[in-house]
Amino acid sequence: MSDLLRTPLYELHVSNGGKMVPFAGYEMPVQYQSGVLKEHLHCRKSVGLFDVSHMGQVLIKGKNFLDVARELETLMPISITQLSKGRQRYGFLTNVSGGIIDDLMLSNRGDHVYMVVNAACKNIDVPHIIKNVRNLEVELLEDRSLLALQGPLAKNILLKFNKSIKEMRFMDIATVTILGAECWVSRSGYTGEDGFEISLPSNLAVEFSKSLLEFEEVQLIGLGARDSLRLEAGLCLYGHDIDAETSPIEAGLLWAIQKSRREEGIDSGGFPGEERIFDEIRNGPTKKRIGIKPLGRAPMREGTILYSDAEGSNEIGKITSGGFGPTFDGPLSMGYIEVKYSTEETQIFGAVRDKLLPAVIVSLPFVNKNFKR
Amino acid sequence: MKYTEEHEWLSIEGNIVTVGITEHAAEQLGDVVFVELPEIGDDVSKDDSICVIESVKAASDILAPLDGKIVEINNAIVETPSLVNEDPSEGAWFFKIEVSDMSPTDEYMDEAAYLSFIK
Repeated sequence: MSDLLRTPLYELHVSNGGKMVPFAGYEMPVQYQSGVLKEHLHCRKSVGLFDVSHMGQVLIKGKNFLDVARELETLMPISITQLSKGRQRYGFLTNVSGGIIDDLMLSNRGDHVYMVVNAACKNIDVPHIIKNVRNLEVELLEDRSLLALQGPLAKNILLKFNKSIKEMRFMDIATVTILGAECWVSRSGYTGEDGFEISLPSNLAVEFSKSLLEFEEVQLIGLGARDSLRLEAGLCLYGHDIDAETSPIEAGLLWAIQKSRREEGIDSGGFPGEERIFDEIRNGPTKKRIGIKPLGRAPMREGTILYSDAEGSNEIGKITSGGFGPTFDGPLSMGYIEVKYSTEETQIFGAVRDKLLPAVIVSLPFVNKNFKR
Repeated sequence: MKYTEEHEWLSIEGNIVTVGITEHAAEQLGDVVFVELPEIGDDVSKDDSICVIESVKAASDILAPLDGKIVEINNAIVETPSLVNEDPSEGAWFFKIEVSDMSPTDEYMDEAAYLSFIK
């Protein structure tokens, strides 16, 4: 694994029993000693600490925030000009065919935009943005780490480092001093739980993590449980549930396209793939992302082909993420299916090891979200 | 006790062989969430894939270590797949095969050989 990068927490992972695997060019912990199942359940009832320093943290600066926002709006169907100071928003860069280049979190930091993008896409996103904007300074930060503190008790723990986080609501972002350093804290995450993401100088990452782990409520959580947590929460994983081919409408992400950017909006259009995206909003897509609950106990994993009939004569879709949900206590999947089969409770069949096993369409998420709005 | 390179253990009593997976295998698989077993009476051939184990991470097959007939299966691990992680070397056995020709077991490892195999 010599070509792989390491985050500043590498040694901490290993000394805590982290099982390191290659992920998006990094050596990352897939699990620790207690294993995926227990880590998952721990995060839902207490606090999980995730090292997400492999993700791309990007600063985009210009004359002022509005200037940056206007230029970035030419690259995505998201309203950025109307994003208030200190607020974060989910978004995605689109391509000319209306597919998704990457999904991301972006925030209004007063005079600039701060973005968190996927690890595997950061070296695509940054050149893409640079190539397509005129007068902006785009910087991929190399000297900051990113930690996620997730779970119902996350707030109680973070409060011990700085009381000011008490006032934060879901999707707020603020500069917070932690252990003497300037941290950028957002009340958001990728688990469906309340929690925070904390950007901090890399030289403080180990010390802060160790301080967090001194609380018995806090446990390190690996990528395995990160995946099952987001799957239960119905959140997309780039490269699996969404990619350069799938449109945000097929993916069920219309909610993330503000009315102002839609056809009848005041800042309508002007982003790549506008034609397809508007057409799909108007006429509906031919396939859409749905939740799938296998009726047996066997998981239906990514790549499983879906059929409308038990004989497997009519192929209607494919699973893009699937596994076992520890909180859901059963197998669960997400995938794309022809729209006419996408109604809740429709029975379908998935091809698992040469057998056609029954499953039903269910609404997402699989477990209720626990955000502090 | 004999061990295969597929990380199965074989406990031999007369012509009945009980088969399970090793602690090492269970640990590598991670939390087991689904087990599918063969049916009693199935005739199986060595290296046939006759069981499926799904963990939180991935699906794996268990191969028949010998030719024979399935005479007993452990339904407890179908009902409670986590037994495979809790007690892999004993309580979470998978199936018992009635075997006529025991000679292939000569090629399987003893405990010392298996322990050095997984090092």
